[in-house]
Order: sequence, then structure tokens, then C-alpha cells
Amino acid sequence: MALEFERPILDLEAKIRDMRAYAEEQSIDLGEEIALLEARLERLQAQTFEGLSRWERVQVARAAGRPTGLDYVEHVFEGFQEHHGDRTLGDDPALVAGLAQLDGRSVVVLAQQKGRDTKENIHRNFGMSHPSGYRKAMRMFDLADKFGLPVVTLIDTPGAYPGIAAEEQGQAWVIAASIQRMSQLQVPAVAVVIGEGGSGGALAIGVANRVLILENATYSVISPESCAAILWRDAAEAPKAAEALKLTARDLLEIDIVDRVITEPTGGAHRDPKVAMENVATALREEFASLAGGTPASWKSSRHERFRALGRYVDLSVAS
Amino acid sequence: MALERWFRRTKPTRSDDDATPAGLWLKCDGCSAQIYRKDLNQNLLTCPECGYHYRMPAEARIEMLADAGTFARWSGSLAPTDPLTFTDTEPYPDRMERVQEKQGRPDAIVTGGALLDGEPVALVVMDFFFAGGSMGSVVGEEIARAAERAAEEGRSLVAVTASGGARMQEGALSLMQLAKTTVALEALAARKLPYVSVLTDPTTGGVTASFATLGDVIFAEPNALICFAGPRVIQQTIKQDLPEGFQRAEFLLKKGMLDNVVRRTALKGKLAATLRLLRNQKLPEQPLQEAVPSIVDEEEEALGSPAAGKPLQQGDEVKRGS
Repeated sequence: MALEFERPILDLEAKIRDMRAYAEEQSIDLGEEIALLEARLERLQAQTFEGLSRWERVQVARAAGRPTGLDYVEHVFEGFQEHHGDRTLGDDPALVAGLAQLDGRSVVVLAQQKGRDTKENIHRNFGMSHPSGYRKAMRMFDLADKFGLPVVTLIDTPGAYPGIAAEEQGQAWVIAASIQRMSQLQVPAVAVVIGEGGSGGALAIGVANRVLILENATYSVISPESCAAILWRDAAEAPKAAEALKLTARDLLEIDIVDRVITEPTGGAHRDPKVAMENVATALREEFASLAGGTPASWKSSRHERFRALGRYVDLSVAS
Repeated sequence: MALERWFRRTKPTRSDDDATPAGLWLKCDGCSAQIYRKDLNQNLLTCPECGYHYRMPAEARIEMLADAGTFARWSGSLAPTDPLTFTDTEPYPDRMERVQEKQGRPDAIVTGGALLDGEPVALVVMDFFFAGGSMGSVVGEEIARAAERAAEEGRSLVAVTASGGARMQEGALSLMQLAKTTVALEALAARKLPYVSVLTDPTTGGVTASFATLGDVIFAEPNALICFAGPRVIQQTIKQDLPEGFQRAEFLLKKGMLDNVVRRTALKGKLAATLRLLRNQKLPEQPLQEAVPSIVDEEEEALGSPAAGKPLQQGDEVKRGS
């Protein structure tokens, strides 16, 4: 399903395809015309994506066909094997955990997983974890510390699930505990926001030494829809809320929430998932290379300092 | 949810009225009994008839917890900025200015050092009457600083929460306060200093999902709404009625999420005892008396306090189970 602002691009692509087919059919040379259209297509794509509103980026971050956590897990790492269960109550399909290798080095991988189709979406609860998911994350953090394995987390969730069982089982308690447990890791950790970074449910696995984000991904304290429902009293004002929340990759880089923006292929990761995955792999390699040479204590303390420093305020006792 | 209510409401909440000299009598929100305003104040804003707990402003909370004359304020020098140039139906700075004016404080929190029945503590108290107690950069930083200073000075930390959650107007920066407050607690843990959190009505969203639920001991006030997602959000998601008492303190006690539910008039004594037990210190032979009225004016104080005089006992806790 195409996004609204993708239509002109898709139309032009169709036109080029038709022209090619026609040229072949009629055995005529339309090379020049096609080249012109292709140049136009490139410009159109660049213009469209450069000028996307924040709300439109939210649509890209949620786009069908955008690579999911498991897509990255399977393509970026070698030998991924899934490890199920929270050792207490169950297994949360919305948060996939496992072991894998990155360039021959073992790592613990956690990935929030939305579905690639309706059926999987329902199975994965649209990427919204129950407390069980965060308990699984925490026991994987224990494993990482015990064996000295670096941690990679892939963030893509609308948020932690707001349901009766989730609340009864202490959704807030496990998110807090997961934030705390991850902050205490004695190994290097890199988080990548690959789609939606939905509030506390995202941060629960986002307390990493380096926080990276894909160009069209978002990370926010609240979804634009919920924010609009509260502040504008109308969820339909979500586009305004998205603008106000400054939740895009570039916005977040400016206020130090993220350390690096990973480029997506023109048109978004869903237009060319392979390129997106390669870019993520490259970024992970570079970040782990720069973190190598630390010590358990320094990885922990630098992570601590990174998050301790976040926030903007004025100190009236200092300001004159 | 709670935050939603704050933004919707143009007239002050009923508990807010208490601060203003309205009538001598009011109808209890809990039992509808006609109660004498002075009695309500003497009972620490709990109904003398049914025990209904009204929300409490931060300054009154500090007065009820700190020993007289021992509180030294640490917070107050930090003020919010507008990092996102956030405007909804009005610009964030305008919203802030209005509430700052009204509350006489730069943000929704008061912190400071004090003695609590002689125990050296740092008090961190959130104020729901200030922008729904929402946690932005200032609130997060004040909490972090208070935790770190408590550790330096060898004080226990007592945090009293009341918040609609993270402050939307500071976007992801507010979200990061969850992590900031959490990492700051490490300083206390490193020195084996107790951290006790007291969850009051309402404690929701990002505050519940961070420092509030990381206490070594977690108490809550009776009937306090404590949740991650608010009841309205859940109802919209699942399109079902919620169980009776869902997300209230007593419900969460049964679910194993709280150490206990403690009524306000017994809170100070309970905190003092808990801190002494955790620090392996001798318990006093005379435990702290219940309900020392603190938010009465001098004339009332001269009349004595009807609620005082009952020693703190085990029975002050809300019974487990039903």
C-alpha cells in the first residue's frame, strides 16, 4: 500500500516501465526519453523525501514493507538463534531475543518485532510488549554480562502494551527495572531505532552506549495520535502533534537523544530493504569498533554519564 | 490520563480549592459527608469520616514529613526552557509562566534535606497541582541531583510521587528523564543508603516506569491510582470495562507490586520505622505518634489535634487480601 506522498513517484515509475515495455515491443529506441524521465524521477524522489513533514516521516517509519527487527537480525548477523522466554511467566513474541555473531564476534541481540503481514502482526501484538518481553530482555542482559557479550538492541514499537494483564503484571515496574538493568551492563551496548521508538516501551531497551536511528525512524515520548488527543482534544490533529514533538531522526540528533543517523535508501528503507540493512550493519561495525578497548567499568560509566547529561534547563543560580 | 484531566480542566480541582478560603464546610469526595474544613486539614487532607485521601500540594507534604524546622530546600534554582519551541493550543512557555506564577515555583517538584523523626533524609516531592506533576528536564534533574546529594551526605532518600507522567512539551528529552533519574539512584545503592518511594494519587506513565517503582521499599497511599497506561487508554484499546479497583493501590498490593498501602496519617511513622529497620538502627521505645497536624494555622494548632495521640501500630496498614 503506497503512502500518499509516494503516489507521484510510483506513477512516474510506472510510466517509465510502460515506456520501456513499449520500446521493446515496438523495437524502437526511447533511450533518451527514458533517461530524461529517470532523471526526473531521481529529482522527484530527492525533493519529496527532503521535504517530508514530520507526520509524513511517521508514515514512513510505520510503512508496510519496511524491514522489521527480524529482517535485520537475519541479514546483519550470522548464525542467529532465538532464545525464548522470561523464565517466569511466558514468552513475548513482540520482543525477540537471541544470540548471533557480528563479524565473527558473539553478541546478544534484542529486537522488537512488528508483523510483516496481518497474521504476524497479530501474533507479535503489533510490536507491543507485555511485561514478559522486558523480563526476557533483562535475563538476556544477565547473560550478556556473564559471558562478556556486547548487546545490540533494535527498537521498533508503538509502545509497551496498554492492557489489563500488562498492568496487573507490573508493566511500569518491569520497564523501570529494564532501564536500570540495561544501564548497569558491563559490556558495550548499541541501540538502533529502526522504525518507531515508542516511549518507555522503547527506552526499556534503549539505554545503550550509542543510540543510532535510521533516517526515517522516529523516537518520541508519546505517539502523535495520543498527544493530539490530549493537547488538541482530537486525535485527528496528529500531524500537528508530530510537528510539535520534533520526533524525527534529525530533530533528535540536535538535542543529543541520538548519536548518529543512519542513511536510508532514497524513498525509504521499505523501497530497498537490502541497502538499509547494509547501512545498519556498517554503522554497527563502526560503533563497536569505536567502543572496543573500553573496560566493563568504563562502558558502564560512560553509558551512565550519557543519560545523566540529557535534558535542557536553565540554572537561575548561575545565570545572571 | 491524569495529565489529560489537568489540561482539560479550566476550573481548579476540588483539592486545589482547599488552599483557598472557600466555605467552612465541604462535602467529602469519598463519602459525601459534610466535613469541617479544619478537621480535613488537621487530618492531613484525609476525610475524618471515611479516610478519603485528597491530593496534597508539595509544600504541605514536606511539612508533614520533615521534623519542624529541619527542612533545607535544595530545589528551585532550575527552570524549564522550551527546547522544542512547543506550541499546542498555547505556547509551552506561556503555560509554564502561568503555572509558575500560581504555584510560586519554577517546576513541579520540591527537594531538600531534612530530618524525618530524627533520621537524616533527602525529600523529593512531586506536585500534581503544577502541570499535572509532569516530569520534564527540570523535574528529572532535581530528582537526580537530590539522589546524588543524598548519597554524598549519607542521607536516605524518600520520594513522594504524584504525576501524570513525562511532560509532552519537552518531547524525547522528557522521556530521557526516565533513564536519568534511574541512573542517579546508583549513587545511593553504591553507599547502601535506603531509597523509599511513596506513590500517591496519581502516579502514572513515565514516572511509574522509572524511579518511582525502583524504591528498595515501595509504599502507596490508599486508593491511589498507580499505572503505566491510564484507565482511559486501556479502555480505548481493549474496548472492555475494567475490573473493580483496577490500578488502585489496594489492587496493586494484592498483585504483589507494593510493599504496603499506608494511610497518610500513619505515613511518617511508617517511613521512620522502615528507614531504621533498613539501616539496622535501634527502634525507639516510643514510636512516632500518628497524625501530627502540620497544615493548620497557629490558632488551630492551639486547639490541639484530635487525631493525634494514637501510637503507630501494625494495624495501621491496610489488610492484605479481602
